[in-house]
Amino acid sequence: MFGPLIVKPGSSKNNKTGSWRTEVEPKFLKKNCIACKMCLLICPEGCIDGAEKNTYDFDPLYCKGCGNCAMICPKKDIEMVKEE
Amino acid sequence: MKEFLEGSLAVAEVVKLCKPGVISAYPITPQTHIVEELAQIVADGKLNAEFVNVESEHSALSCVLGAVATGVRAYTATSSQGLLYMGEVVFNVAGLRLPLVMTCANRAVSAPINIWNDQQDSVSLRDAGWIQFYAEDIQEAVDLHLIGYRLGEDKSMMLPVMVCMDGFILTHGIETVDMPTQEQVDKFLPAYQPLYKLDPQDPVTMGPLVDPEAYAETRYAIEKTLEEALKLIPKVTLEFAKVFARQYHGLVEEYRLKDADRAIVAMGSVCGTIKEVIDELRVKGKKVGLLKITSYRPFPAHEIYAALKNVNKVAVLDRALSLGSDAPLVSEIKALFFGKKNKPQVISSFIVGLGGRDITKDSIKEMLRLLTARERAAEFIDLKPELLKEKYE
Repeated sequence: MFGPLIVKPGSSKNNKTGSWRTEVEPKFLKKNCIACKMCLLICPEGCIDGAEKNTYDFDPLYCKGCGNCAMICPKKDIEMVKEE
Repeated sequence: MKEFLEGSLAVAEVVKLCKPGVISAYPITPQTHIVEELAQIVADGKLNAEFVNVESEHSALSCVLGAVATGVRAYTATSSQGLLYMGEVVFNVAGLRLPLVMTCANRAVSAPINIWNDQQDSVSLRDAGWIQFYAEDIQEAVDLHLIGYRLGEDKSMMLPVMVCMDGFILTHGIETVDMPTQEQVDKFLPAYQPLYKLDPQDPVTMGPLVDPEAYAETRYAIEKTLEEALKLIPKVTLEFAKVFARQYHGLVEEYRLKDADRAIVAMGSVCGTIKEVIDELRVKGKKVGLLKITSYRPFPAHEIYAALKNVNKVAVLDRALSLGSDAPLVSEIKALFFGKKNKPQVISSFIVGLGGRDITKDSIKEMLRLLTARERAAEFIDLKPELLKEKYE
């Protein structure tokens, strides 16, 4: 007999980590973005997506509000703002 | 003075009042707040102690072992994997007869990894020669640290004491705690006087090779000393009551047990929930009681026998397993009644609250519902059969 011990890939999508979010969330200004992907790469939840310049944004269902994306953005094109 | 305190902070504060000279610990959830606070207390200069940061729990306990060996009072704390990693040193501290107080913030053991509360960690190390206490609430956890130092450092004991407090439930819970004053603690707990110590001016060797000619005697001595501890613990708690005006039996606590025909046996914070259920059932005229075991090592078989011999049905609640056999607590309760004339008709075993699953009042009522004439072997309460499968495809 076995209990639940293994999980298949992709299961972290089931954990809506956005519910842990601190009081701030990133605001993608979409003005000076150079599509360097630094925000996408540093995001610990992998919840930032985009392709062309000024198209990057985050998924509030998973964003924990850590602010790493705003910190790393070389163009200061992401701001941490108080959640509405 | 009565304060509204988190369990970990209350423990850190009382350890400070015991004035250890060396503290060494490695952080692990849910023990972290205790040693974090102590590190802060030392850094702020409020306690004249060495706080030694180490790379592992094995080193933390080795460090305080060395400290006590040089004749200084010491302290450490851990949980779960950390306690198991300390394992060999746990045996060494008792084997060398070094009095130490360690807090175990009880947590489940991997795998699968789980940071929440059960008592598998400390119960797994019951055979090491330590005195093991289990606290019901934060006040008792605080007081058991004081009792622990006084008891372990008694010249007739010289043994380490593990104060077990349920992780999160007690370490992170907040309760009103009557914190002792420094004067009270100093009155109850004199400075540590070692029987022998490591001192370059008067050299001794501790823990040399002991061959088959003498090893058994070192173990026999611990066994007999723990038997003596059964007599000393109630005396120390009486001394404690004189200074702090709080009375503990120290070995067991009987709750509405005198006329009970059904009783629950349990250790730790769940006893609070059980008492509430008992109060509710007593209002309805049901004769139910609780036997709380505070001292798991030494095991107070005589007191347990006296408390339960006239009870008809006994439910033993284990929050740990001995996989492949009866659960740890129930097997010892059953054993102490073997061959006795007066004994419960039924001693049923219930496994509850593993890996932090809540033990609600309904869980306790379900246990009592299943406490019938048919003896239960390892009945898991609140089990979810839908999560089990016969095989992985």
